[in-house]
Amino acid sequence: MTTWFPVVVTLIVAGLVVGVMCTINMLLGPKRPSEIKGEAFECGNPPSGSAWGRFSVRFYLTAILFLVFDVEVIFLYPWAVEIRRLGMFGFVEALIFIVILAVGLIYAWQRGALDWD
Amino acid sequence: MSSIPLTWLLGLSAAIFAIGVAGMIMRRNILVMFMSIELMLNAVNLAFIALAHRLGSMDGQVIVFFVMTVAAAEAAVGLGIIISIFRNRETVQADDLTLLRW
Amino acid sequence: MINFSQINLVWLPVLPLVVIATAAMVVLLVGVRVDDEESDGLGWLALASIVIALVLALGIFGQSGIAFAGAIAIDSFSAFFELSILIAAALTVLMSLDYADEHRLPGAEYYSLLLFSVLGMMLMATASDLIVIFIGLETMSLAVYVLAGLLRRDPRSSEAAIKYFLLGAFSTGFLLYGIALIYGATGTIKLVAIHAALTGPLLSNPLLLLGLGLMLIGFGFKVAAVPFHMWTPDVYEGAPTPITAFMAVGVKIAAFAGFLRVFMVQLGPASAAWTDVMWAISALTMTVGNMLAIVQSNIKRMLAYSAIAHAGYILVALTAGGPQAGGAILYYLLGYAFTNLGAFAVVVALERRGAAGDQIADYRGLATRQPLMAAAMAIFLLSLLGIPPLVGFVGKFYLFNAAVHRGFVGLVVIGVLNSAASAYYYLSVVVAMYMQEGGFLEETRRSRPALVAAIAIALIGTVLIGIYPEPYFTAAGNAYQSAMSPEEVHAATAMAP
Repeated sequence: MTTWFPVVVTLIVAGLVVGVMCTINMLLGPKRPSEIKGEAFECGNPPSGSAWGRFSVRFYLTAILFLVFDVEVIFLYPWAVEIRRLGMFGFVEALIFIVILAVGLIYAWQRGALDWD
Repeated sequence: MSSIPLTWLLGLSAAIFAIGVAGMIMRRNILVMFMSIELMLNAVNLAFIALAHRLGSMDGQVIVFFVMTVAAAEAAVGLGIIISIFRNRETVQADDLTLLRW
Repeated sequence: MINFSQINLVWLPVLPLVVIATAAMVVLLVGVRVDDEESDGLGWLALASIVIALVLALGIFGQSGIAFAGAIAIDSFSAFFELSILIAAALTVLMSLDYADEHRLPGAEYYSLLLFSVLGMMLMATASDLIVIFIGLETMSLAVYVLAGLLRRDPRSSEAAIKYFLLGAFSTGFLLYGIALIYGATGTIKLVAIHAALTGPLLSNPLLLLGLGLMLIGFGFKVAAVPFHMWTPDVYEGAPTPITAFMAVGVKIAAFAGFLRVFMVQLGPASAAWTDVMWAISALTMTVGNMLAIVQSNIKRMLAYSAIAHAGYILVALTAGGPQAGGAILYYLLGYAFTNLGAFAVVVALERRGAAGDQIADYRGLATRQPLMAAAMAIFLLSLLGIPPLVGFVGKFYLFNAAVHRGFVGLVVIGVLNSAASAYYYLSVVVAMYMQEGGFLEETRRSRPALVAAIAIALIGTVLIGIYPEPYFTAAGNAYQSAMSPEEVHAATAMAP
């Protein structure tokens, strides 16, 4: 248990610091609410529409593509670390893997999944 | 250095898995059901990592890589199917899928 | 004949897989440029690759070994299952050619996903390591989920896809958790090493027993065993009919390949732990499948429940265990592939766009309108029912015979009773075709040679393998024994009566 003691101390200290700061802010800070201040923040532009508006389904498509290609890269990290030891065999294997991924990308591109409109 | 006992990790993994199963059975929103399935897969990952650590074998860690990528592929396919169902039916409630007797 | 021994042994066994994977990618890339109405070329390309893989798979027969660091098993067991899967795939492509055109299925996606799922199935059949089984299962399943929902204009199709997806992914979770626990109990994921580790106190290790149970649930879902069958009828009804056929045959064969290799071959020493459970599942699967098939009015749903019942018959032999039962299962699955694909091919031939024509009532009077089609359907249904000399009878005989030899008489009695009960719904279709009037008029349309060829091949298989079973049954038995370790084969043959 003793090895976890520093972690516990860190947790307590972190909680205390945040708590104290929030309390001081609440007690001392001036509060003058107005309608404009209460608006949703959209980088300085006047907000338009509801914050709960629907997103275009195209975002899903982009997200799905990103998700797949992002996660597949997981296999390249261990290979990159051991590239010297794996030698030519590993290189060819990784190449085949990337070609298969590229086939998927070319397909998505040809089907127009990468076009916005 | 003392480490967290294996039983705790397996217990946590079993608890997460059970939450996933319960969510899958009790919730009726397709997206939430889908998230429950992902929770189950992550519980499995935790079990694999814990066991691999205990056994000192790499196999468990390698499986986690595969499970993660398969989960990503599953997410892509699942979201695609959910979108197509939403376009057809404007619903993500499993109880509304009654064209075929469930 | 090609001399296979001269090719590098490590690469040879995976060549069929490589051919299928490459073809799938080529079809995908070429296909984007092809209109949906002209996808025939892609279908023929897919068929060509399947035939090449079939020839290459023949070369694996008789070899034995393990490749890729113990991940892939090279044996006749793999070869036999690959062959069955590829035959199923070839027949599916043949019955899809016109269907895909008429229903405007996207050809590139349809045929490449079909090939990808075949790839996953073959991977399951050759896997000798739990990760590879999992990857094969997922490759197969993910492709089939999408295939089930490919009729984008039909809301029933996407409903089938989402149901299949949710329950399929759910079952994968169980299978995976089972793999994790077995890994924890035995310290390895290699099937051969697991087999070697299963001795003494480990056999009652709670981690192992729980893992076995969870894997049983996972495989149970995939082979549609009761009580894990809920998805089957809905998915079979909603999916495009050729895909339904492919699910009922291909997915089932592949799932049983994994089931067999994991449970019967490699976890055999632990069989005491699961025999009773499997007994109950088998009895339930046969009974529920047959009882619910009787009340169906839609032919696709009826065949779905019939598929559940057939999984139950196979589970009888799986419960019994032993090399005789293993060979019987392999033989049964081969015959089942021809028979069931044939029945579904007739359904494809008769149904109209917009799903009319898949009611059993629509088959009334078919014998007078289309005598050949009706005769073919009658033969397939009689084979499913198990009438000699068709393959369904011989297969069932081998299954039950093996179970009786191992002393599972009670289970076999349940099986025979169920088989008799199944006569009701199979014969009701035959009666509707031959003895009733009415029904509906099929669209008159252009001849569909590919579909007719699929039915003809299925018919030849159903009759030939039934009349002349010895070579196939011997091959199946040898294939099963090739997956076992030599000492066990010796022990088993010494024990045999």
